[in-house]
Amino acid sequence: MSAMRYERPGTLEAAVALLSGATGAARVLAGGTDLLVQMRTGRIEPQLLVDCKDIPEMTAIVADDGGFRFGAATPCMALVEHEAFTKACPGVIDGVKLIGSIQVKGRASVGGNVCNASPAADSVPALIAAGAVATIIGPGGRRETRVENIATGPGKTSLARDEILVSLLVPRKPPHSADAYLRFTPRTEMDIAVVSAGVNLTLDRDGVCRKARVSLGAVAERALLVSEAGAALIGTTVDEAALEKLAAAAAAACKPIDDKRGTKAYRIKVAGVLARRAAQIALDRARKVN
Amino acid sequence: MAKHHVTATLNGSPVEFLCETQQTLLEVLRDELNLTGTKEGCATGDCGACSVTVGGRLVCSCLVLGAEVEGKRIETIEGMASGTELHPLQQKFLEHAALQCGICTPGMLIAARSLLERKPDPTEEEVRYWLAGNLCRCTGYNKIVDAVLAAAGEMRRA
Amino acid sequence: MADTVLYPERELKVVGTQPVRPDGVPKVTGLAQYGADFTLPGMLWGRILRSPHAHARIRAINTKKAEALPGVKAVITAADLPEQKFDYVGPERVAINFWHMTRNILAREKVLYEGHALAAVAATSKSIAEEALKLIEVDYEVLPHVIDVDEAMQPDAPLLFEDMITRGVQPPPTKPSNVSKRIEFKLGDVDKGFAAADEIVEASYKTKPVHQGYIEPHACLARFDTDGQAEVWSSSQGHFVVRTFTSRLVGMKVGDLRCHAAEIGGAFGGKTVVYVEPIAVVLSKKSGHPVKIMMSREEVFKASGPTSGASMTIKLGVMRDGRIVAAEGIFKYQAGAFPTSPVMNGCMCSFAPYDIANVRTIGYDVVCNRPKTVAYRAPGSPISAFAAESTMDLAARRIGMDPIEFRLKNIARPGSQTVWGAKLAHAGFAETLHALQKHPGYKAPLGKNQGRGVAAGYWFNGGGESSATVHVNEDGTVVVAEGSPDIGGSRASIALMAAETLGIPYENVRPIVADTNSVGYTQATGGSRVTYATGMTVINACNKVIDEMCVRAAKLWKVERADVIWEDGHARPAGKRAGEFEPLSFKAIAAKRTATGGPITASAAMNAEGQAPGFSAQFCDVEVDPDTGYVKILRYVAAQDVGRAIHPGYCEGQIHGGVVQGIGWALNEEYIYDRNGRMENPGFLDYRIPVASDVPMIEAIMVEVPNPNHPYGVKGVAEANIVPPTATIANAVHSATGLRLTDLPMSPPKVLAALDSARKR
Ligand SMILES: Cc1cc2nc3c(=O)[nH]c(=O)nc-3n(C[C@H](O)[C@H](O)[C@H](O)COP(=O)(O)OP(=O)(O)OC[C@H]3O[C@@H](n4cnc5c(N)ncnc54)[C@H](O)[C@@H]3O)c2cc1C
Ligand code: FES
Ligand code: FES
Repeated sequence: MSAMRYERPGTLEAAVALLSGATGAARVLAGGTDLLVQMRTGRIEPQLLVDCKDIPEMTAIVADDGGFRFGAATPCMALVEHEAFTKACPGVIDGVKLIGSIQVKGRASVGGNVCNASPAADSVPALIAAGAVATIIGPGGRRETRVENIATGPGKTSLARDEILVSLLVPRKPPHSADAYLRFTPRTEMDIAVVSAGVNLTLDRDGVCRKARVSLGAVAERALLVSEAGAALIGTTVDEAALEKLAAAAAAACKPIDDKRGTKAYRIKVAGVLARRAAQIALDRARKVN
Repeated sequence: MAKHHVTATLNGSPVEFLCETQQTLLEVLRDELNLTGTKEGCATGDCGACSVTVGGRLVCSCLVLGAEVEGKRIETIEGMASGTELHPLQQKFLEHAALQCGICTPGMLIAARSLLERKPDPTEEEVRYWLAGNLCRCTGYNKIVDAVLAAAGEMRRA
Repeated sequence: MADTVLYPERELKVVGTQPVRPDGVPKVTGLAQYGADFTLPGMLWGRILRSPHAHARIRAINTKKAEALPGVKAVITAADLPEQKFDYVGPERVAINFWHMTRNILAREKVLYEGHALAAVAATSKSIAEEALKLIEVDYEVLPHVIDVDEAMQPDAPLLFEDMITRGVQPPPTKPSNVSKRIEFKLGDVDKGFAAADEIVEASYKTKPVHQGYIEPHACLARFDTDGQAEVWSSSQGHFVVRTFTSRLVGMKVGDLRCHAAEIGGAFGGKTVVYVEPIAVVLSKKSGHPVKIMMSREEVFKASGPTSGASMTIKLGVMRDGRIVAAEGIFKYQAGAFPTSPVMNGCMCSFAPYDIANVRTIGYDVVCNRPKTVAYRAPGSPISAFAAESTMDLAARRIGMDPIEFRLKNIARPGSQTVWGAKLAHAGFAETLHALQKHPGYKAPLGKNQGRGVAAGYWFNGGGESSATVHVNEDGTVVVAEGSPDIGGSRASIALMAAETLGIPYENVRPIVADTNSVGYTQATGGSRVTYATGMTVINACNKVIDEMCVRAAKLWKVERADVIWEDGHARPAGKRAGEFEPLSFKAIAAKRTATGGPITASAAMNAEGQAPGFSAQFCDVEVDPDTGYVKILRYVAAQDVGRAIHPGYCEGQIHGGVVQGIGWALNEEYIYDRNGRMENPGFLDYRIPVASDVPMIEAIMVEVPNPNHPYGVKGVAEANIVPPTATIANAVHSATGLRLTDLPMSPPKVLAALDSARKR
């Protein structure tokens, strides 16, 4: 029997020290909704689990200069139930709400969603579109990076083995800005994205789009930030022609695979459809906020 | 490696148990504490049969390690009735024939209670979405949704 | 709420009410014990080693290292089970061959599918048992495999059994193949029928295997004592079946094995066979400890269930006035790794709803490298109905007739000839279609991208062997011991019928599902037989009790038995003694049992015949997203002839449940395999059964056309409802899009691909 160690440090430093000192495979444990499943199905056999939920900074939600910073191990339901957060970050919440069931969200964290590095992770395209910044700690101290720089491929991240994702910052939105995230799944709930799209846009006072970030999920090795898709909206009133261009740019950016969840052709086609629909929702929201 | 010694509160009473690291809360409840009302349908978070609350949050006990619940408050189906009196949800499930085989029922009840604590007056759609993590293969969900709505009504009147 | 279409009938007091089920409270408090909920002192955990290959020869198995692991108490392989004779036994529709069955329990010469069991261990903890499995060394010679039914029928396909010669072909083929059997049914002359038809409609279809998807994995606890007696607690549809199969597979006397029916967490046909029970018994025998085995969900998907996938072609010849003059169906069903799929049922049920003069159905039973199929709700019928009822829709469109009118025009009525020789003996089909037609929603307008579809379906329903004993207690309450595991509330129906018969309150009847040593033989819960056959058995036993109650009253009054009648729960003096004594209640007589002859108890046992078939007709409205291919079910209406709803709540629940399973089958459920024949979606996340937010309220219409052969008119309600949904939805998708989908599931990528290719055209 493999004797697996379980530790629950109270500080980031102690957590990093445990990871640095580990001899065999070690894993950060947040909600465990990916980790425990992978352990059960025998995909991984860690020798050390470092439970980060007792580290206050990793489960706090705090307003930060008009934006929000939240701990990487915060359970999704805590975000969903946080009124100010849901108001400030509607696109991120669209994504977070879609992760698993209420039960899964009672445990699952956004940090885990990001670090598990599934190309289909639901919070990731929304975070990328929102321009979210991750704070990471390691033996050498803290560093910051954009969320799009974390996953490098399925199950792979740019984090060193003794680094921990501490928190995520969703920056303040300029006036007339809003975001939205949509995914396609065959079932309404309890399903993994076949394709997904996050769109964040900023309008000027005349309703012309000045900034736009578009991110796609489940269409490549990792979530993509598609600048051509964003560019298709900028300078337009997000009219039919712009949405058409957006859809084409989104579809063109896909490098999907055929798998049990969908075909290549399907993903390419629907990526455009979802990007367009998400842009429409973001547009409607942006027109409502001032 | 030595087992973990865990102390927690289970359905309002103190409880202590020993467990291996990989043992889930579901396994602890069923195999160590002999509380078999919480069911295993998948052990991977997909069916909700193992639903319990930990610290007031609805979770799948198959996705929680026993070692993680140190100091926590756990509620299971065995604690749902108060003494000899059934919870209105339990009563409505019976009256509405909301269970056929009944294997999903403990998880459904725990999940539904958690919904009504947050939303005493849910719509049909809200009930369906909240319970989407609780699979039922027998009932087609009609009567489960009916029973939850009926219990909500009764609890609001009470 | 359901509409109930009532037919005139004698007045009943208890039957037809909806009390709380007798086994309800423990199920909402968590105290009910299901298969995995039993423990015994000294109990070990059993785990099963399964093949990672779809097809391989087993060169050697070495269990030495596993046996040496501390905490391991027993390791077994097929060598620990006796060899069985090669012989097909039992009724042809469900023939059994123990030579195959023992090889499915533990593989011998070859493993035939990924997940095929080949060894098992018992250890003092789950983790030690798990560790021990990793120490068993198996030397495999991997062989080419075949998954798809059409490919398995190719002449050069890899053979699962190198000596299998197709049965049912004259003269027998000389070359072995994967086709285990061919069957054919004929009525009239189809060639002539087609020649006379105004229009001929023909189409081919494919379906994927789907799993029953019960939420409770297979589980059991077994104890084998050194005197050769054993006891098993397991989740099954028939503990007598568990006893028959397990004793035979283990090689012990039937009388030495006592089987208990645990509460069962869903089954739908999937728990009519054994998987873990014989293994647990042998592990217990070898270790000297009780052994518990629980399958994981992955094991459930890979090694139990499913029902067949199929490849089918239907041809219909119709006249412009709507009459069907000829029908032909070719059905190729996957049996899985061992012979016997439900293809014979498919051949029989496909056109059974209709009165057609010329019919031919041909079935092929085909083995391939996937788990052995087992019954799934109306086994075989939903598969062939998908093809037949989709083609019915095409035919109705061709001649421009409303689909319900078209079906009514051809509907089978009492006296109609079936393809298998019998004449339909019962009414109910036309009444059900009429009830559906009258639903206000049927004429409701549809929006953009929306469509409406109709289909119907037939199921035999079952009778068969049941036993029951009724014990009268001294306070006038009653215990009914019967042998049918209760999956969906049958104890409530049994208690209702007993109370009605005896004339006592429902709460005074306590039914139990007794173990194999406490009640007579009873067939498995399946084929929608329990409320009919076990119900009738219980009613018979109750009538014997009534007779005895009259004997006791006669004694008390010192009159002759012939001068006592039973009315309204009371013994009354009658005939020449009428009015001489105050009537005696059930309770009053029960109180006098000691003085009048001792315990009052009666048993009945029968092989029930006279069951009436089930029929369901349904319509649904869908909306198809033209950009994603997503099919949303907007409304679903299902009418079914239930004979009589004994407990309307549970009766209706069967309709809701069957329809929602059918929706899953139609839209998303399927086994997905990789190139190596390994299942890619052995979990509920990717094997997508419907969740609560996927479906609307199912509107059930219970049509009551009583079965005259049953005292309360019961027909059986559990299965006919799952027959129409796949075609109902395919027909609705056709109505919404103008496209015919012939390949299940109609998942979004398939629907979108069809839409796109139509747009290109
Ligand atoms: C039934 C079910 C349904 C699901 N549905 C969805 C869905 O719809 N959409 C979706 O996107 N996902 C889904 N998931 C996957 C999973 O729930 C999410 O990815 C979740 O966000 C993971 O978070 P966690 O806190 O549980 O991560 P954990 O399981 O604790 O960790 C996941 C991985 O990230 C690492 N990790 C976690 N936190 C950190 C950190 N702070 N720093 C460094 N590394 C870290 C862990 O070591 C591990 O490798 C589902 C899972 C289940 C069981
Ligand atoms: S057993 Fe935990 S979700 Fe299925
Ligand atoms: S009642 Fe059987 S799974 Fe819900």
